[in-house]
Amino acid sequence: MKSYRLQLMVCAGTGCVSNHSFEIKDALEKEIAKHKLQTEAEVVTTGCNGFCGAGPLVVVQPDGIFYQMLKVSDIPLLVEEHLLKGRPVKKLMYVPPKEEAPIPKMSNIPFFSDQTLVALRNRGMIDPENINDYIARGGYKALAKVLMSMTPDEVLQEIKKSGLRGRGGGGFPTGIKWETCKRIQSDTKYVICNADEGDPGAFMDRSIIEGDPHSVIEGMMIGAYAIQNICEGYIYVRMEYPLAIKRFNIAIEQAKEYGLLGEKIFDTDFNFDIKVRRGAGAFVCGESTALMTSIEGNPGEPRAKYIHTVEKGLWDKPTCLNNVETWTNVPPIILKGAEWFSSIGTGDVTHDAWGGSKGTKVFSLAGKVNNTGLVEVPMGITLRDIIFNIGGGIRDGKKFKAVQTGGPSGGFIPENLINLPVDYEELTKVGSMMGSGGMVVMDEDNCMVDMAKYFLKFTQEESCGKCIPCREGTKRMLDILENITSGKGKEEDLNLLEELSNVIVESSLCALGGSAPNPVLTTLKYFREEYEAHVKDKKCPARVCKQLLTYTIDEKQCVEVGHGCGVCKKNCPDNAIIGEIKKAHHIDQNKCGKCGVCYDVCRFNAIRVE
Amino acid sequence: MPKLKIEDLEKISDEFKRTMTVREGGGKVKVTVHMGTCGIAAGAREIMNTFVQQIEEKNVKDVILTTSGCAGLCSREPMATVEVLGQAPVKYVDLNSEKAKKIFEEHVLKGVLVKDYALSIGSERIQ
Ligand SMILES: Cc1cc2nc3c(=O)[nH]c(=O)nc-3n(C[C@H](O)[C@H](O)[C@H](O)COP(=O)(O)O)c2cc1C
Ligand code: SF4
Ligand code: SF4
Ligand code: SF4
Repeated sequence: MKSYRLQLMVCAGTGCVSNHSFEIKDALEKEIAKHKLQTEAEVVTTGCNGFCGAGPLVVVQPDGIFYQMLKVSDIPLLVEEHLLKGRPVKKLMYVPPKEEAPIPKMSNIPFFSDQTLVALRNRGMIDPENINDYIARGGYKALAKVLMSMTPDEVLQEIKKSGLRGRGGGGFPTGIKWETCKRIQSDTKYVICNADEGDPGAFMDRSIIEGDPHSVIEGMMIGAYAIQNICEGYIYVRMEYPLAIKRFNIAIEQAKEYGLLGEKIFDTDFNFDIKVRRGAGAFVCGESTALMTSIEGNPGEPRAKYIHTVEKGLWDKPTCLNNVETWTNVPPIILKGAEWFSSIGTGDVTHDAWGGSKGTKVFSLAGKVNNTGLVEVPMGITLRDIIFNIGGGIRDGKKFKAVQTGGPSGGFIPENLINLPVDYEELTKVGSMMGSGGMVVMDEDNCMVDMAKYFLKFTQEESCGKCIPCREGTKRMLDILENITSGKGKEEDLNLLEELSNVIVESSLCALGGSAPNPVLTTLKYFREEYEAHVKDKKCPARVCKQLLTYTIDEKQCVEVGHGCGVCKKNCPDNAIIGEIKKAHHIDQNKCGKCGVCYDVCRFNAIRVE
Repeated sequence: MPKLKIEDLEKISDEFKRTMTVREGGGKVKVTVHMGTCGIAAGAREIMNTFVQQIEEKNVKDVILTTSGCAGLCSREPMATVEVLGQAPVKYVDLNSEKAKKIFEEHVLKGVLVKDYALSIGSERIQ
């Protein structure tokens, strides 16, 4: 078979594709042909590399030279200089913030070098639409191993021993879930992969599916073998993920052609098949019972879980539901062993499955950090390492204020807890959670009340409405927050928010209501003085809540420097500015609508905001 | 496509191993051909092509082939460096296709230095 001395790995994750990475690919192929290098260089499209802010990306292997923010017009230079003449092009490389020298190699860029890849082990290495690439990286070897040399019970014990816990939100020990499902008597059972990923801004699961769909399929097959009597698997994919759905379908087709799905897999008695289902589009459909109802063809609404889905799930049959990232972790555990897996992370799981956090977790790092994107880190790494090393610190030299983990209903963690190790227990202890891996970084310019309101608004709108506290309580909380941020808050409101939160947490049917108040509760706990400034002094210290700001004119500056230029007066939509040309201007506070236009238009720095 | 047997997994891995070695930047031996303007003028492309052919012909899977710019010794071009994992790199000079072939067979495949064509080992000069 043909071999190329150069492999050009073009990122074709959703982020890079929307930044025209396919045009980059075409341009590369055209230039390569022009220089008659087509026998030496192959262009390969891969899944997401995670460094989405720097896209479109191309990595030139074997030297691992990392090119970023490419434009089609850069390609002739890249091909001629690097591929033809052997001189990597400095000006297309990554330069860390506040530094001048570029870092040529991907493996030396802190964003990549500080990560530990297990779930994302094939990141940037394979063409996700080619099953041979997956096999060449050791794919389906774990399946072969369990079918040839392990009993279902041995597989189950291995997963239990590894300490793997659910990556979709609850952190439930995976081995125990499988074992419970296995123990229930039934000749029809199901496994499901939860790829609904409803958290706004999160894309861990999407990236795994788009980049390495077979790893999920192989994980599900091993789970089905361990649990036994599984007749079928379902993958429930979020509606807004067309590329993920396409890649899954291609992967399933290819696996079927190879006989890896279907009957008598590897000539054993093991049969398995997978179907892809498109999500119904609501956040709550990611919840286990709602998801199963939705697959059955009914509106996705959670039900009370006094009967567990492992007993009565899809079509009332025992069902084992796991998240995308959870399934992906299964093949490496089988190949490398439970001990290898449990050597990564915190705590001890030998006697208590809840006793530790093992392996790695993928986070989607967003907000005010320099390097946003997808990162996989060992459990137990500190928040500081993620935000300041991998994330490259806070943008524009601002001051770090808080980080929210766990998606829209996760809690806020303040600066004095920045050395907190990231694991299930520690995050829960401080009022937040692992969730599915959202991580939003906030700086001094973010108002904590405003941010809490923003997240609560999301969960409030996504409440399915079945329980009154979740439906009405969150609405009431939102009204209160609205009042506080617009200067109509009262001191009693803070206690009222806490009381409402507690009622909602205690009386909600599903975890949406159960966790929705977290952002409010944690900001009240760690940033109470900021709430107090809003309700007592009617001030927003971060200067975000417009209604609480006061605009004034520094009259000295206005006359002496600006010569009373009058620009602000002309632009004020409320006619609130009084003054004559060459004289000091001032603002009539009774008329001022706090739009901020004067602040923006004054070229002499004479407008003050407080 | 017929149904895969367990052995086929190995076969496919093996078939793709060379490609994966390149992607992973791994491999037991790294051969660098110096491709500055002077190198290209002196025939570095021919040397590169020889190595590419050798790799294919001999079905070698753990050798990676890369390029670098001018090595500052334009009079001795074409040049190539052979680096066996864990050993000091060896620089070869005044190459032609024949010499490149010999270097590949002896040094790259068998690990035996071709003294006659070598300029230096690590920072030590031979010629
Ligand atoms: C409102 C709500 C939304 C959820 N959304 C998701 C989701 O998008 N993806 C996911 O894997 N789990 C989601 N979960 C968690 C699932 O209910 C379930 O715990 C998880 O899929 C189990 O898999 P795991 O044990 O592998 O984590 C959600 C839960 C709730 C309450
Ligand atoms: S807690 Fe909220 S989202 Fe969950 S079932 Fe009740 S109303 Fe629906
Ligand atoms: S724009 Fe500035 S300088 Fe001009 S009148 Fe207004 S405050 Fe004074
Ligand atoms: S903030 Fe807006 S309304 Fe108020 S004085 Fe300035 S321009 Fe006029």
